[in-house]
Amino acid sequence: MSAQRLVEQFESLEKQDHAARLAMWMFLGSETLLFGALFAAYAYYRGMYPSEFVQALHHNSVALGTTNTVVLITSSFTVALGVHFVREGRARLTAGLFALSTLFGAVFLVVKGIEYSHHIHENALPAGMYAFAERPPAGVVLGFTLYWFMTALHGLHVIAGMIMLAVVGLLCWKGRYGVHRNVAVENVGLYWHLVDVVWIFLWPLFYLTD
Amino acid sequence: MSQATIDAETRPDPLGVGADHPDYLRADSGLRSWLLTKDHKRIAIMFYVGVILFLGLGGIFALVLRTELLTPEQTFIDANTYNQMFTLHGITMVWLFMIPAIPTVFGNFVLPIMLGAKDLAFPRINLASFYVYVLSAIILLGAMVAGGADTGWTFYVPYSTTSPTAVTWMGIGIFVNGISSIMTSVNFIVTTHTMRAKGLSWHRMPLFVWASYATSIIILFATPVLGMSLVLLALDHAFGLSLFNPRYGGDPVLFQHLFWFYSHPAVYIMILPSFGVISEVVCSFSHNQPASYRAIAYSSLGIAFIGFFTWGHHMFVAGLSEFDAGVFGALSMFVAIFSAIKVFTWVATLRGGSISFATPMLYFLWFLFLFVFGGMTGVAVATQSLDVHWHDTYFVVAHFHFIMVGGTLTAFLAAAHYWFPKMFGRLYDERVGLLTSVAVFIGFVFTFLPQFLLGNGGMPRRYFTYPARYQWLNVLSTGGAWLLGAGLILALGNLVIALKWGKRAGPNPWGSRSFEWITASPPSKHNFEETPEIERSAYEYTLSEEVARERAKAR
Repeated sequence: MSAQRLVEQFESLEKQDHAARLAMWMFLGSETLLFGALFAAYAYYRGMYPSEFVQALHHNSVALGTTNTVVLITSSFTVALGVHFVREGRARLTAGLFALSTLFGAVFLVVKGIEYSHHIHENALPAGMYAFAERPPAGVVLGFTLYWFMTALHGLHVIAGMIMLAVVGLLCWKGRYGVHRNVAVENVGLYWHLVDVVWIFLWPLFYLTD
Repeated sequence: MSQATIDAETRPDPLGVGADHPDYLRADSGLRSWLLTKDHKRIAIMFYVGVILFLGLGGIFALVLRTELLTPEQTFIDANTYNQMFTLHGITMVWLFMIPAIPTVFGNFVLPIMLGAKDLAFPRINLASFYVYVLSAIILLGAMVAGGADTGWTFYVPYSTTSPTAVTWMGIGIFVNGISSIMTSVNFIVTTHTMRAKGLSWHRMPLFVWASYATSIIILFATPVLGMSLVLLALDHAFGLSLFNPRYGGDPVLFQHLFWFYSHPAVYIMILPSFGVISEVVCSFSHNQPASYRAIAYSSLGIAFIGFFTWGHHMFVAGLSEFDAGVFGALSMFVAIFSAIKVFTWVATLRGGSISFATPMLYFLWFLFLFVFGGMTGVAVATQSLDVHWHDTYFVVAHFHFIMVGGTLTAFLAAAHYWFPKMFGRLYDERVGLLTSVAVFIGFVFTFLPQFLLGNGGMPRRYFTYPARYQWLNVLSTGGAWLLGAGLILALGNLVIALKWGKRAGPNPWGSRSFEWITASPPSKHNFEETPEIERSAYEYTLSEEVARERAKAR
């Protein structure tokens, strides 16, 4: 079984798993810089328009944002438990935990959707669509455009992570992963933690610092 | 003829490792076996075809715009077409030729063999990287047909957000292209870490691997930033996201920061693989170990690191404070220190060597001359007071073409000749190779040397017309460009002819000690049936050939 999954270019399974893990870390490094560009833009503009940003953030509900933070951190915990249990050979339990984590991801998206619908209702939209009776100062629009773009991009990552969790969870249920074969489970876990960490930065920047 | 060819004729090696298996070109047949291959060597060949096509396309754009500049007023195209030409030339050359060229073709082909591996760590990601590259090329070509772009390859806002051309699709195409680069670089980094043969420690690896590794690190951490800035730009152009639009408080200069945060390191993405090629060529043809292995290896990492902190030197006239500009200027000069370490080490490697004078070696000499020239003018433009005078003139155009064309293109040609026997199992015609190399060099110097004078004399870049006093230099430059184009076509023709009619090459026609030459030419499908055991570095020229072969043992 385990000899079969060793592909021809590797000498040993340890090296093969090490390679997969290293590749995921490299990819996460690259992802960090993807968001890094946006965090840099945020820092640059917040420095230019401190009070306008605060005004923009008044659109956001701290309660909803914090709920989402709790949801995501809990999901990261269940993912970490899942990775732990697959190493112990309890892959079915992992499948259940990943299903639960996928569900948490869905809850996150629903809450985010409620927030977005509030914004749309208020006309608090990005760029030229940001429409109020009295036109707000320039920096407010900018802050809110960044909010939309960064949270939407994060939302796409949540969706991607949910798909991966669901697929790997299903394969755990079918018995593909176990004590000796779990690097894919671990990698999906790592990706989900990145999604979580990005949100942990977005949360103070867009909810707590107004 | 040259020493190298004599080597090949008089000292036939045994057939090389894996010669009793069918080589990678003949192992499978049919279109499907190419299009769905997971063999790094076949993927390299497919990339080879792609980048050569785009070198041709970018070259045509260049010749059109150089021909237009023959006369001070309109020559044969209108001003809008001219704007398109310099933009499309830049986009094609940067993203479809120079960034992928050396890593995806020669890196893909020789890096796993240099490490004694059967393939890259993730062959399927490697194949996917090729198709993502093709997809980006299709998007970019589609955008060229559907409106093109007239913004210059730098896409500066605010103009790029309002340009009537297909900026949105250009941005998307380049974003997709970045995904392909990142896939390849993850593959290279992981392969270098996990797939070195037994006994092949980091300091025994060929220097080309170090250069590819450093390049991959830059690609990994710089490309996403460019991808993000171009996505923001595309969204702005298509839907009015306006993140850089002053109307909503945006700052166009922020785009320049984000753009150059990638695009300056991108210069090192383009030049570091060339350093790797040059290091291999100079050692193989002087049959000598590098004067300092560590100096060459570590200076690549030094450039990769410092390259992330120099982007501001593109923005000296964009409102940077004098202090910031000074810091960026000084940091930029660090790059010159690392580059000089390399140049001196290469030159010192020649000393005491037994030099054979084949085409790749000639390209090494051109590289040395052009790169030093380009590098020294780089120090000059990194000086704030001088750059204010030269900014946005032909001086800058000449400077970066000396690095990009004089450095990367000559190294690409050196690699194309140097690894040709390994890739295709045949020898090209050395006399024609040397002659075309001379044509390329003379064409290059005539194209770009006058541009330094034009720029210093005050001719701005990207202008459609110019005062008549600049004409004679422009005529020289255009003539040089045509010669350069002819030289490239002849060099390509020489290689294509050799594919079929070239003499058979042994496994190691140049007498190199680097590990890719252990294998048969062309290598068998798996490179090595058994992982080799390496007990020496890639440059042990003091050992006799038998001993060297014994210490890099593979069946």
